[in-house]
Amino acid sequence: MVLQKEDILTLLEEVKDPEIPVLSLVDLGVITGVDIAEDGHVTVNMTPTFAGCPAMDYMKKDVEQTLARHGISSYTVRMSFDDPWNSNKLTEKGRAALKNFGLAPPPTYDLILDLDILEYATCPNCQSTNTTMRSPFGPTLCRALHYCNDCHQMFEQFKPL
Amino acid sequence: MKEEAIKDLLYKIADDQLILGHRNSEWTGLGPILEEDIAFSSMAQDKIGHSLAFYTLLHELGEAEPDLLAFSRSATQFHNSQFTELPNGEFDYSLIRHFLYDNAEAIRFEKLSHSGYEPIAKVATKLKGEIKYHVLHANTWIRNLGSSTEEAISRLQNSLNSLMPYALGMFELSVYEQVLIDTGIYAGEEAIKEEWLTRIQQVLASTELTMPDIPSQTPMLGGRYGTHTKHLQPLLNEMAEVIKIDPTAEW
Repeated sequence: MVLQKEDILTLLEEVKDPEIPVLSLVDLGVITGVDIAEDGHVTVNMTPTFAGCPAMDYMKKDVEQTLARHGISSYTVRMSFDDPWNSNKLTEKGRAALKNFGLAPPPTYDLILDLDILEYATCPNCQSTNTTMRSPFGPTLCRALHYCNDCHQMFEQFKPL
Repeated sequence: MKEEAIKDLLYKIADDQLILGHRNSEWTGLGPILEEDIAFSSMAQDKIGHSLAFYTLLHELGEAEPDLLAFSRSATQFHNSQFTELPNGEFDYSLIRHFLYDNAEAIRFEKLSHSGYEPIAKVATKLKGEIKYHVLHANTWIRNLGSSTEEAISRLQNSLNSLMPYALGMFELSVYEQVLIDTGIYAGEEAIKEEWLTRIQQVLASTELTMPDIPSQTPMLGGRYGTHTKHLQPLLNEMAEVIKIDPTAEW
């Protein structure tokens, strides 16, 4: 069987963010491209969410192991800033998965990320937008801490970037 | 000439981030409240990640591997400003440094995202989004504490007065300054400093803090070319403890 790009993306659906196990790397938006050469060599391009994210190395190895497990022996996984990540790269499916996991998805934005967007979050528990950012830094680099003024719960948000 | 100029620029940016990143990490476990412990630890992780991105660009230009650059040079080979190596002091002192440094860093990334040297532009385009959270954090604390209690205001003002000469040292001119400007690689330190003064002033104006008189300051220069305070070498020794015991260690 000759592999197509879509087949590789389907395989990569299996690889999840190690800190958010319901979210695949494809839905997270860190897989920026798949190329298949005529000789069958597969190149997967990836980009980090946050440059200092310690899980990126783990994710890269996971992609390599997943390709190998599916019988692909000739592959390269490249990590670069060529097509840098931003939170608009999260797919709709990814956003729904985050919400079900109890993490507020980042709001989508047009072109410029201003400070109002950074502080805006919808409570994943009661859907209220009457919320306050408590800290732009949370348990991982990609999460901020917010408080819901209606249901009086702290919640985490996947940061808009 | 142009390549040497680019390396000079990359070294000072990466070294500032690495050193301040390690200083930030010294708040881990000691922050005055849990959220701040987490915030300084997160900013440490971000900054060390940013330095890795810039050391990687240096490696692509033929310099050593990032880990070697980070852990095997002595103080005189470091290009960070003295500002970033000073010990943390108390929380007000660290907050003021964070405020002065990250506002400058945000401007640096904004300008570098238009750099004529494409690899730098790509990295800066990515990092200018991340640094917004550092600026948001710093400005929020300065606004809140800078108009709160008498003790908070006087502590912040003292830290601001004593750190300003060091902060101005961040803008020490490169020996390649004109080459970097003429080739469109970097906007230059003077341009960054002007914009920085405006932004700092805007935040301070919403508090009871007073901007120190800038023309009468003597900037603490020398860090960009290996002249450091006595505080840097002990920090480097501590950073390199593991690699000195076991150079092949993985952690």
